[in-house]
Amino acid sequence: MARETALDLRTRLQEWIPKLVLAPSVAVMLVFVYGFILFTAFLSFTDSKILPSYGLVGWHNYWRLFQLPTWSLAIENLAIFAALYIVICSVIGLTLAILLDQKIRGEGMLRPIYLYPMALSFIVTGTAWKWLLDPGIGLEHTLHLWGWTSFHFAWIKESDFAIYTVVIAAVWQTSGFVMAMFLAGLRGIDNEILKAAQMDGASNWNLYRRIIIPQLRPAFLSAFVILSHLAVKSYDLVVALTGGGPGRATELPATFMYSYTFTRNEMGVGAASAVIMLMTIAAIMVPYLYAELKEPK
Amino acid sequence: MRGYLGKTLTIAAVLAMSAGIARAEGSVEVLHWWTSGGEAAALNVLKQDLQKEGIGWKDMPVAGGGGEQAMTVLRARVTAGDPPTAVQMLGYDIQDWAKQGVLANLDDIAAKDGWDKVVPAALQKFSKYDGHWIAVPVDVHSTNWVWANKKLLDGLGIAQPKTWDDFVAALQKVKDAGKIPLAMGGQPWQEATMFDGVVLSVGGPDFYKKAFIDLDPATLGGPQMVEAFKRMDQLKGFVDPNFSGRDWNLATAMVIKGDAAFQMMGDWAKGEFLRANMKPGVDFMCFRTPGTEGDVTFNSDQFVMFKVGKDQQAAQNAMAEAVMSPSFQSSFNVVKGSVPARTDVPDTAFDDCGKMAMAQLKQANDKGTLLGSMAHGHANPAAVKNAIYDVVTANFNGDYDAERAAKELVKAVALAQ
Repeated sequence: MARETALDLRTRLQEWIPKLVLAPSVAVMLVFVYGFILFTAFLSFTDSKILPSYGLVGWHNYWRLFQLPTWSLAIENLAIFAALYIVICSVIGLTLAILLDQKIRGEGMLRPIYLYPMALSFIVTGTAWKWLLDPGIGLEHTLHLWGWTSFHFAWIKESDFAIYTVVIAAVWQTSGFVMAMFLAGLRGIDNEILKAAQMDGASNWNLYRRIIIPQLRPAFLSAFVILSHLAVKSYDLVVALTGGGPGRATELPATFMYSYTFTRNEMGVGAASAVIMLMTIAAIMVPYLYAELKEPK
Repeated sequence: MRGYLGKTLTIAAVLAMSAGIARAEGSVEVLHWWTSGGEAAALNVLKQDLQKEGIGWKDMPVAGGGGEQAMTVLRARVTAGDPPTAVQMLGYDIQDWAKQGVLANLDDIAAKDGWDKVVPAALQKFSKYDGHWIAVPVDVHSTNWVWANKKLLDGLGIAQPKTWDDFVAALQKVKDAGKIPLAMGGQPWQEATMFDGVVLSVGGPDFYKKAFIDLDPATLGGPQMVEAFKRMDQLKGFVDPNFSGRDWNLATAMVIKGDAAFQMMGDWAKGEFLRANMKPGVDFMCFRTPGTEGDVTFNSDQFVMFKVGKDQQAAQNAMAEAVMSPSFQSSFNVVKGSVPARTDVPDTAFDDCGKMAMAQLKQANDKGTLLGSMAHGHANPAAVKNAIYDVVTANFNGDYDAERAAKELVKAVALAQ
């Protein structure tokens, strides 16, 4: 009898301990992630300027947000940047992964080389590319010194093209990581299917087009989700590479949000832009999570 | 035995000293962003002055030119109910903080030392809120300056330009000689700094005041503003193609090296010339933006005093007094390159540019042409300032022509208010 209750206590404890141990981190996350999301959403409806204040102004901040030319520019830039970044990264990543997957010698050495840019922070990438792309000291200058004096490449100084330099730097940084994801996906494909297809006389091209790439669907999805949220939140790269310039030409929603909240003393508008950004990410993540969580059942 | 006695004596002395410090006025904690060489040296003067009075100095430097990071730190500290004693601040930010009701009242010391009489009225507008002193001004910088490499100009036979047309002609002459006429850093605040002087050159102090301080829509979108933007377009024609994103001190270095002839920048640029061992009037020239003689667009660093506990008030007051003492104002500003924030400080320790700036400040103060700099947050609050930046930088980078820029300026300012 006594032994039974002891056992009972033990199993009960075993049931409770994980919950007890997890409770603090869950509570912290509830407050500092979801709590502050709600707080930000609330601030976007207030007249907060330099510090949070609690006078409600309705949708006024959102109305002002969409009147601002800088915000429309930031949205436009994000569309260009995200589209190019995601597509180019995926294409380069997939190509590299397929090439590396040919059972070549030295793969162990090549893989980390492609992966290394990911180990750098965006600040370092941004600063390095800033110097590379600067016509006064970088690529253009070097080629001029080598004798190719008609070479001209000053995108980073031109309002209309500066956003593409952000794409270049970001693609350089992340392609290797996308490659690693696709490589893992490729390694997961059942060799038997490939052998069967080869026996049936499928060409290499058809093999990839009809069998391998369709099977990489989960890898594509993860790549898409990771790249798109990196694109929406990218801030440090722009700050280091162009500082939002020339003028305001490379302003993105994240840099916009920071400058309105912290340097322009318009916390309300900043919060409104943060809410819009959250909605954008949610619009991408929710269908993905829904699809992912539905499947196992 | 002697060794033992020596040791006990030392310990006793140390104890007495630490007790002395504790008994004296406590210490001040100062949040600032004066971290670069010259600035840090200038601030050290204050630290030593206070140490002589037995007040400790808790340094809290947050690097970052315009103090953006420092303001983020300050927000966190104030929200947590633990503000520093004093914070370096600029212009309208001071008033924004005062509105939050977190600042100390310095009226007693101000009355005792007669600050009302010696601090220029335009500066008092920022040091006081609702008629009460809340901050102490440390220095006065001004933005409508042009810096030039004298050797380069002498070589080309160019004299100091007196009018805008002279200036444009001089720039053209430098361009024809194959040098860069105007050293420029394409960052919004630098373009706005130039715009301060240009607006003043077009319409004088009345126009400047109506546009940037009163924010009158008709003036902001009027023909004179279009003319100001046209002058910016003119200047754009004289910068090198690689200007955008360059830091201001690199642009100054171009003038120092003789690659470029002129730079339109605030008087913090002087420090760079002096550090390169150049002499004012001999190696480099300083003069007001042509057409703005007698007017001064200023910005002033101030130490804003926050409400602190009773035990720290004595130290805070002592710091405020030390900052306002003429000897500190002189020695600090000589090192920093700016001019004192009170008009009764002797100019003997200053160089020629500094003497000129002090005389002009006094004169502008008497005439009422001492105006807050738009580019540095002394004409309007941060939201409006940045809205104007947006338009100025869009114009300078070729997105808006002069007419469109004036129209957008009206819209942007209205939206930011």
